[in-house]
This record gives sequence, C-alpha cells and structure tokens, in this order.
Amino acid sequence: MSAALVGALVALSCVVVVAVPFLRDPDAQDDRLLRPGEAEQRRLALAEERDRALAALQELEFDHRTGKVSDDDYREVVGVLRRRAAEALRAVG
Amino acid sequence: MPDLGRAALVTSFLLLVYAVVGGSYAAWRGRRRLAESAQNALVAAFGATVVAAIVLLAALARHDFSFRYVAEHTSRELPLGYSLTAFWGGQEGSLLLWLLVLCGYSAAAVLTARRAGREVIAWVVPTLGLVGTFFALLLVFVASPLATQVAPADGAGLNPSLQNPYMAVHPPLLYLGYVGLTVPFAFAMGALLARRTDERWIVATRRWTLAAWAFLGVGQLLGAHWAYVEIGWGGYYAWDPVENAALMPWLAATAFLHSVMIQEKRGMLKVWNVLLVVLAFCLSLFGTFLTRSGIIQSIHSFTQSSIGPWFLGFICVITAGALTLVFLRLPLLRSKTRLESLVSREATFLYNNLLLVALALTILWGVVYPLLSEAVTGTAATVSKPYYNFFLHSFGLPLLLLMGIGPLVAWRRASLRALGRTFLWPLAAAVVAGAVLLAAGAGSSRIGVIAYTFSVFVLASIVLEFARGTSARRALGGVGWGGAFSSLVARNRRRYGGYIVHAAVVLLAIGVAGSSAYQTVREKRLHPGNSMTVAGNRLVFRGFESRLEGNHRAIRALVDVYRGSDYLGRYRPGKNQYFAEDQISNEVSIRHDLLTGGDLFLIADQVNADGSVDLKALQKPLVNLLWLAGFVFVGGALIALWPDAREERRLAERYEGAAVRA
Repeated sequence: MSAALVGALVALSCVVVVAVPFLRDPDAQDDRLLRPGEAEQRRLALAEERDRALAALQELEFDHRTGKVSDDDYREVVGVLRRRAAEALRAVG
Repeated sequence: MPDLGRAALVTSFLLLVYAVVGGSYAAWRGRRRLAESAQNALVAAFGATVVAAIVLLAALARHDFSFRYVAEHTSRELPLGYSLTAFWGGQEGSLLLWLLVLCGYSAAAVLTARRAGREVIAWVVPTLGLVGTFFALLLVFVASPLATQVAPADGAGLNPSLQNPYMAVHPPLLYLGYVGLTVPFAFAMGALLARRTDERWIVATRRWTLAAWAFLGVGQLLGAHWAYVEIGWGGYYAWDPVENAALMPWLAATAFLHSVMIQEKRGMLKVWNVLLVVLAFCLSLFGTFLTRSGIIQSIHSFTQSSIGPWFLGFICVITAGALTLVFLRLPLLRSKTRLESLVSREATFLYNNLLLVALALTILWGVVYPLLSEAVTGTAATVSKPYYNFFLHSFGLPLLLLMGIGPLVAWRRASLRALGRTFLWPLAAAVVAGAVLLAAGAGSSRIGVIAYTFSVFVLASIVLEFARGTSARRALGGVGWGGAFSSLVARNRRRYGGYIVHAAVVLLAIGVAGSSAYQTVREKRLHPGNSMTVAGNRLVFRGFESRLEGNHRAIRALVDVYRGSDYLGRYRPGKNQYFAEDQISNEVSIRHDLLTGGDLFLIADQVNADGSVDLKALQKPLVNLLWLAGFVFVGGALIALWPDAREERRLAERYEGAAVRA
C-alpha cells in the first residue's frame, strides 16, 4: 500500500514538474520559441571570427617568443593577422 | 517494492517519450512552453529513474530473492559491498545504470548549457530523449531488473571475477564515459537540426566531452588493473572484443578533442568534427551492444539475450539518421579557410586524427570480422593478438611520435630554420636515449627501442614546451619562475593539461613496452622444497595453506622469494573455491618493486592432488608505470577541465549578449 502511495507521489511529482511552464504562465501572451534573427546570427559569426583572429595573433606572438616562429616568418604573417583582427573588430563594432 | 520500481521505470519511459514527441513538436513549431516542458520531462525522468535504482539497490542489500535479478546475481553469503555492486554485475542492472547515468547527464547538460542557444537546446532535448527512450523501452518491456518470482532459498551468487573492489568503480566510470558521449552527439545533432552550425554547440559541450573522455580513459585503465590483479593470466589487456569496445569510442573522442581545436582556432573541419562525434557515440552504442547482446564470448559479456536485435536496429537507425542529417546540412558546414601548410600545428592534428581514426576502424574490423564471417560462413574466424599488435605498432608508434612533434610546430606554417631550432634538444635527447638503450642490450626488441626512443623525444618536447613557455611569460616581467609557470598553465589550461595527458600516454607506452617486449616468463611444476629461477629471483615452494573466508575457501601456495642471498618475502598465489557460484578463481600474488617499477607476478596455474603446484612466474619490467600514468592522466584532465575565468568572461561577452537579444 505504502509502495503504491510512493509510486503515485512520484508520478504526480513528475507530472507537476512537466506542467510547470504551463502552470507558471497559463495565458502566455507570447509562446514563441525565440530564434536569433539574421542580424543576430551575423553578429555571432563576426564575434567568433573576431575572437579567432585575436587568438591567432596571440598564438603567433607566443610562438615567436618561444622560438617556434622565426623572425622572418613572424614579420611575414603578423601584418596579415593584425589587419584581419582589425577588420573583425571593426565588423563587430 | 517491485511495483514501485516498475511504476517509476514506466513513468521514466513515458516522460522520455514525451520529451521526444513534445520536444520535437516544440522545436519544429517554435513553442516555448512546450519546449521548456519537454526539457523538464528529462529532469523528471532522472528523478523517476533514481527511484527505480533505489528500489533495486534496496533489494540487493536485503538479498530479496523475490527479485529475479537479485537471485541471479547475489547469494546470502555475498558481502554487502559486492551485493550492491551486483547492480551493474548483470545485464538488466547495467542497462538501468545506463539509463540512470544518461538521464543524469541529460538533465545536467540541458540545465547548464545556456550558451548553446534556446533553439539548439529545443532540439537537443528530443535527441537525448530518443536515446533515453530506447533504454527505458528495453527496461520496461524486454529486460527488466525488477521482474519478480517465487523467492528461492538462496541466490546463484556473483561471478567470482566480479568480486573485486575494482568492480565498485570500473564499470560506473566506463558508463560515465560511454554515456557521456551522448551529450556532444545530442548537441551536434541539435545544432544541425536547428541549422546552427556556429561554435555554440562546441562551447556548450566542451567540458562534457572532456569529462566523458576522461572517465572512459580512467575506466579502461582501472579495468586493465582489475584484469591484472584479478583475472590471473599475467596481463592487463587481451584485445578482448569488449575491451576493444571501450577503446574504440575513446580513440574517436581523442581525435575529436584534437580536431575541434582546429575548428575553434581556424574555423575548419566542421564536417569532420560532427562525423567524429557521431562515430564516437555510435561506437559507444556498439560497445554496449557487444557487451549486452551476448553475441561474443568474453569475460565481460553477459549471457545470450534477446536484446541484441534491438540494439543493432537502434544503432542502424541512429547512424543512418545522423549521417543523413549531416549530408542535408553540408552546405552550412563548409569552411571558409583552408590548410596553409602541411608543416603546421593544425596539419599535425590532422595526421593525428587520421591515425587515431584508422586505429579505431582497424580495431572495429578486428571485432566485427569474426561476427560477419560466422554470419556468412557459419564459422567464426579468429582475429588474434598479432593482428592488433601489427596495427598498434603501425599507427600507435607514429601517433606517439606526433605527440612530440605537434607541440614543437607553430600554427599555420613553420619554416625549416624554426623547426631545426625547436627540434634540436628533443631530437638530441631521443638519439642519446636510443644509443644508450642499444648499448644496454635493449635491442632484443626493435619495437621496444623505437617506443622508448619516441617516448624520450615526446617527454623532452613537453619539458621544453613548459620551459620555453615559462621563460617567455617571465620575460614579460613582473613575476618569478613560479609565478610565470602557474600563469602559463592558468592562461591555457586545455593546452598544458593536454601536455600532461601526453606525458601520461608516454608513461603508458613505456609501461606497455617494458612489460610486454621485455618480460620474462617461467613455468615449472614444484613439489615442496623445490625451486625455480626467474629474472634473477629464486622462488622456493614451501607447501600449501587453506582457510575458509566468508563465501569461499582460499587455497594458497607458499612461495619464498630470494634475490641472491637476500630474502624478499613470502608470496601466496593460489585459488579461491566459491561455494554458491560453484566456481574456482585464480588468485595471483604480486611483488611490486617501486624502485624499478617492475613486478614479479606469480600464478598457481594448477594445484595438484600430490601436493605439487604448477607455478608460473612473470617478471614484468616497468609495468607500474601504467598505473602511475593513470594518476598523471587524471591530473592533466583536471587541469584541462578546470574553469578559466578569463575564457568564461570572453564567452559570456560573445554569447550571453545573444541570449538577451534573442
């Protein structure tokens, strides 16, 4: 008997947990699952590109300091990466 | 009590079905409350599964043989600890553990992964629910651990091999690893279904993947130690199909952990990364199928059962569904950037990936081929140790070498001059080590010398990476050596935690090479007073002792070990005779030499009626480095997992703004 009661309580608790979003907001004015729009998606892509460009620049600096990148290679690449990072920063705004 | 457990399992099943159906509809039609409700269903399913698990644990603790599962896997004399670990000692219980861990992971992942974006989470929920539904379906309709019967007077007991303290941690850790790979899979599928192929799913699952991979790695190493001390054949890995089943997803996950860095840093390999996540998850399902279906004969596998076809069907559905989705989303997964040079960090990661996947697939072929040949010809072909060893050497040794090369090569491209400078010291260390090893007579094993030489190269490159990094950070000023070192690690935990994991793999390679390529084995029948010699140790057999220990009788051969005139102690290899199980187990005796890292491993192969013993003795050099590697591995994984406040701030700036705007 007590096991049946506990079982019923478990099932009831689960139903309540599942129903919470509807109980909390029974007459929702806006029930849409918001998706980021085109502009927001573009901003995210640019933010990722910006972080990637900055990280690449940091990596290059670090690899140069630890001797993995020669001075010649560093001079050749650093300008490109700086320009790319600057463009990405400008694009994010 | 059984009714409560069954009701809880049915509740869990219904909640998971709701998460699939309601969650899919909500994600498809964009319904916010229904999506949140489906997400809550995953959390509630975890609660219901916990109740079912508690019912089974209580039955095991009370030796309630009216539960068929309890009667089949415990006995009255079985100590409480082993009675509880019998939870995962049988098929139905281990399926319940799968579901419990999956529901726990699912609830935690969807509740904490805000950065993945609501539209992605909305699809993650039904994906997780689908996997959970499959296991709940098996537990409710096919293989219930809560089935009842008329209680017999005593149970059948637990397989003696499973009566070992490692059983308390080895299977749960493996499950945390296996099941944990569901999380990155679900997020990858969620991202594809939501048409969001940016990095959010990767960021959201980074730690989950790393944790699952670490659990799987530690679980396997504990399994190897369990085999070493308990099974009694003198080894730790036998290329058993079920051992391979855990190794394959781990290799695929290792490949993913490396290639995902290329996506994060260069925006490349998006398709490859999704495929690796699918491969790792499908291999983890395949591993579970191998263990649960009874399709293979293994010490790990359970008896023949009816769930094999269910598993096979589910694996086919998941694989086909995932690959179709990847194919449909290919246009969204195209990379804008390309590999700049074949001599660069990202190129070494790519080579590492190819080798890891090739190794995983050749192991898979070794596991599958006997099954296929049996299905086609009626006779199972045998794929034995030489096959696996060949591919381990062919792919494993280059992988070992790449672990040393990768850190020394710059991102994007590297010039010959820079390579010459960074490779100089590790290369010199490796050449010197190789020469010393050959001079010391290690040339008896070519593979052994190559493995050791490569290991020295990798260790030297790791030490050099830490030294150069610390020096570079110190040169920025303001801190001493200690401060520079800790700042170096703290600022890039994944990289330096990863290097420590590499050091663990090197220790593992040294241990494996030493204990296999250079081991000494001797076997001899000894009567009391007789002796034998192995690797400079003299073993004198003194006779037997026998005593009653709880649920078994222990018979031990008394072996005194001498080195020269030094007495090193008495060792007791023997047998245990289990009464309820009506089985006999080998009980080995091991002398650890912490100074050399080697073991003297004694097995009483045969206890003879005339008072003699067939003694097998193995001298296994450096084998303890394997277990040391486990501790180093955990240390490296923890460093890589530890939250980085700077990184967290950066990601918060990048993504949480999006959540507010959304």
